[in-house]
Amino acid sequence: MPVLSILIVLPLVGAIVVGLLPRHRTELVYPIALAMSIPPLAAALHILWYFNAGDASFQFGEHIVLVESFGISWTLAVDGISLFMVVLTALLFPISIAASHSITDRAKTYMVLMLILETGVLGVFLSLDLFVFFAFFEIVLIPMYLLISMWGSENRAYASLKFVLFTAVGSAFLLASIVALGVLTGEQLGTLVNFDFRNMLSVEFSSTTELALFVGFAIAFAIKIPLFPFHTWLPDAHTEAPTAGSVILAGVLLKMGTYGFLRFNLTLFPQAAVDLAIPLAILGVIGIVYGAAVAIVQPDIKRLIAYSSVSHMGFIVLGTFALTTQGLSGSVVLMISHGLTTGALFLLIGMVYERTHTRKIADYGGLAKVMPVYAGIFLFSAFASAGLPGLSGFIGEFTILIGAYLSLPVLTIIAGSGVILAAIYLLWAYERVFTGPVTNSKLEGLKDLGFREVAILAPLIVLIIGIGVYPKPVFDRVEPSVEIILDRIEAETEFEVPEFARVSDLVDIDYEAEREVSDHDDGEEG
Amino acid sequence: MTDLLWLVVALPLLGAVINLLFGKRIGEPISGWLAFGFVAISWAIAVPATLSFVTGSGHTETIYLFSWIPAIGVDAAILWDPLSALMTMIVTGIGSLIHLYSIGYMRGDERYPRFFAFMNLFIASMMILVLAANYAVMFVGWELVGLSSYLLISFWFTKPSAAAAGKKAFIVNRIGDWGFIVALMIIFISFGTFDFHTVFASAPTAITVGTATAITLLLFVGAAGKSAQLPLHIWLPDAMEGPTPVSALIHAATMVTAGVFMIARSAVLFEMAPVAGAIVAVVGTATALLAALIAISQTDIKKVLAYSTISQLGYMVLGVGVGAYTAGIFHLTTHAFFKALLFLGAGSVIHAMADEQDMRKMGGLRKNMPITFITMGAAWLAISGIFPFSGFWSKDEILAATFAKGGGFILLWGVGLLVALLTAFYMTRLFVMTFLGKPRWSGDVQPHESPATMTIPLVVLGFFTVSVGLINTPVRLAFEHFLESSFEGVAHIEALTFGSFSILATVALVVAVVGIAWAWPKYNTDELPAEDGKFWQRSLLAFGVDEIYGRTIVAPGKKASEWAADSMDPKVIDGAAHGIGRGISGFGSVLGKMQTGQVRGYAGVLAVAGAILIIVFVVVGGGF
Repeated sequence: MPVLSILIVLPLVGAIVVGLLPRHRTELVYPIALAMSIPPLAAALHILWYFNAGDASFQFGEHIVLVESFGISWTLAVDGISLFMVVLTALLFPISIAASHSITDRAKTYMVLMLILETGVLGVFLSLDLFVFFAFFEIVLIPMYLLISMWGSENRAYASLKFVLFTAVGSAFLLASIVALGVLTGEQLGTLVNFDFRNMLSVEFSSTTELALFVGFAIAFAIKIPLFPFHTWLPDAHTEAPTAGSVILAGVLLKMGTYGFLRFNLTLFPQAAVDLAIPLAILGVIGIVYGAAVAIVQPDIKRLIAYSSVSHMGFIVLGTFALTTQGLSGSVVLMISHGLTTGALFLLIGMVYERTHTRKIADYGGLAKVMPVYAGIFLFSAFASAGLPGLSGFIGEFTILIGAYLSLPVLTIIAGSGVILAAIYLLWAYERVFTGPVTNSKLEGLKDLGFREVAILAPLIVLIIGIGVYPKPVFDRVEPSVEIILDRIEAETEFEVPEFARVSDLVDIDYEAEREVSDHDDGEEG
Repeated sequence: MTDLLWLVVALPLLGAVINLLFGKRIGEPISGWLAFGFVAISWAIAVPATLSFVTGSGHTETIYLFSWIPAIGVDAAILWDPLSALMTMIVTGIGSLIHLYSIGYMRGDERYPRFFAFMNLFIASMMILVLAANYAVMFVGWELVGLSSYLLISFWFTKPSAAAAGKKAFIVNRIGDWGFIVALMIIFISFGTFDFHTVFASAPTAITVGTATAITLLLFVGAAGKSAQLPLHIWLPDAMEGPTPVSALIHAATMVTAGVFMIARSAVLFEMAPVAGAIVAVVGTATALLAALIAISQTDIKKVLAYSTISQLGYMVLGVGVGAYTAGIFHLTTHAFFKALLFLGAGSVIHAMADEQDMRKMGGLRKNMPITFITMGAAWLAISGIFPFSGFWSKDEILAATFAKGGGFILLWGVGLLVALLTAFYMTRLFVMTFLGKPRWSGDVQPHESPATMTIPLVVLGFFTVSVGLINTPVRLAFEHFLESSFEGVAHIEALTFGSFSILATVALVVAVVGIAWAWPKYNTDELPAEDGKFWQRSLLAFGVDEIYGRTIVAPGKKASEWAADSMDPKVIDGAAHGIGRGISGFGSVLGKMQTGQVRGYAGVLAVAGAILIIVFVVVGGGF
């Protein structure tokens, strides 16, 4: 069963169904669209369930030649990295759609665009043919642009255009690089062009070519992530986007960039990746500190979270270009976690915006008194975002920091200051919005979160705790796939992935024995 | 016996979850009793396992629970040794008493169940911290106690000062945590594990003195945050905004001692780095002195106790700094009892005085609240270092160990003595101003003794305050023997002869008596002495450290952030982007015309992008 194709097509089918709804039955749009976002989630969970943990190779592979003469094929597969991006996508879309209850203006178009967007994002994470990958990468842009420009707030025209312009510049580089890479691959195979990722792995480049291609890919992804100094489109886009747009943007669209780094830059151009690792890690670290510092003084809560994203994405880039197993695994975990925590924060901001129609921090104060449940969930999400141990953000950040220190100690120590800054911008914002007396009379009598709203947030909360307490199932699936990437880098270049000291060989430790015993006990009980 | 120890963490956590989700339905006072029950049961579970160490039948165990972060080989595991057993007894034992006390103290509070949820969360977090079998899990507890502390300090969040205090505590602690995290990085790169057993067993062969010094100094940065040592001490006085039971449990007896505990736990590493140890000792002494100099002028009863806590923590840090781990932990133990008692007593007074905390408006309360008076009296003598109360023994042990180290440490010993004098002075001042002399409160306040849920904890703590010091005297070193196996591999401090110990103890005792004799007549008068000299004013303002930080760190930091937000991003980066756009294909004008944001705009953009594409293609094409 071509389950990956089915997964990609399901949201599109949903979009068609919603699009075909009779014009006057507006009340059907929300429930049908929500219902249509569930099958993709089910399909994604199916893949998660049957994914073979510990197996590094691509799974659920599909391969259909589309245009033989141009070497374009419908090649889909999933590994431990894309697996979680797919599940995250399939999870965040139903949640975002459920949170779009208040969209009544052109609701049908809105939902159709959301579902098309989902197909696009899934396609990006699953395609292993770079031509098709690029097509999906671009498809994503259009509905996102429309969502911001049609359902955004006051300054939406500027923000949506800025979003498109920045991304389009990156896309131009990406397309050029992909075409060039396709030509080179074709040469190797004796055909005109070929875009199959697997064929690209065996292409030999001159070092300048490799560097140029790497940079082409990297610019596109750096803008998408966004990496400092390409980040200025993000705060604008986030601020103006409707809630669901922000959730999807932060939750999965930014990950297309970090995913691209892992999948393409590191894998296809190992030598260039090794050569440029330090400059890129530096940009990541600048992003961590800079994004966090700028977040502190933002007067608009959505802008604040947007800048916090710049900071968090910097951690992911640092982890990626540390080129250690821990750094890479931590990056993938933080990608998941950031989707959950920032998704939750944007949902929360959207929920209160629907009540007050303001995002300015100064308009709030004492909100915890009026909306205690809301305040509690917000604080929880803020701490999750700030990397509190026991919650998902910590697992990613901590693993990155430990892993990155191995190869980039000074940068990593600087990056560690991000934990201080995160506490400052989140807790200061919380203080101003939620504590003290209620100063704005408009806040009095606001209704606390209702059942529907709590239900929307609940899955995120559960996963944030779940991954924070027991991330092993995630690591078990991610680690083999990142190790393959590093193995390839080691094989293709002179780079050696640094290893940690293993003192356990030096000392006689009964702890391991104890552990085996207790594992054994567990087994018996189970 | 140790199979159930995970419950010591799990039960309070369960209590927190229950009260968080269903607290409103459970209501007052049952939610409080429930929370108390969970902590008390945790204590009961740990008692037999602790007693096994006392009887000598127990042995150190690592209890594996589950694999937590496999990427860096971190397991959730418990290290059960005398040190963690002792800490468990203190945290759950005093914790139970303070939960009991809170049932009365928090009566009528709007968010009563929420308070107990947070208190239980704190106990669970603290137990993770002390039971951790590796640095990573310890860090989890470390951060979670920070969270609980934040939640409880700003419990009355409608008060802006309380909210600000909670935030400040968390942020200042996070500065320390940065040091902790960097230490963790170096530990992992050096050992490939965080596991205590492995790290300590292999440290002497696996790392150099330089590495050990780096690790221990960075760990100490973390410890300085949590244990409010210079220069990170500024959060603890503000933390008094929290309800008084919180101050007693978290900001006196348990959480703030976590830094001392962490250093003691890492004794093997500190032993390898004598320079780091000396720095720790100096910082501890300086903190003890500075805080004592501030405590003497404070008029808010809780502020006196807060600075006193910082000062006493300084003693403990001095103790572990000079390598007297047992003495440091011993003082941690006695302090936990007498300082918890002092805070609960202060809470009882504040309660009785209708939330008045200014000692200048108290006086003569001994008749109105005899139990509070007597129990606090015991604590006053204990902290002042009067024989044979508990503080006398533990403080002396630290001072004696410092003296025994000789050399420059004699100077630290001298400062320590001075602090002892100041301690006796300010505690006498507090005690006399509160309980003796004539009442200075206005007629409509009617002080009364607190209810039994509050006085029973006072009495129990009072008993231990008087007696707990006797577990470790020069004649009977039971406490030291108890902890012996936790400090295996650590050089044993040369014990002073009984004679020299007695001389040093006598000196300290005389100093304490002088402090009391100095303050007693000064404050036991009808009219309080004017304290308006220049020194007093500076001291009252805590020597302006907060203000200095505000000027030198906070304000410039904010300015830098504002510059980045208001100039760098919109002008420099966006300016460059716009410039590039204009330069390539007249984006600027396109941008100007497209304010409506229509779909055709995108088509135009794509066309422009296509143009760039061709340029780029040509450029990149040159590469092959």
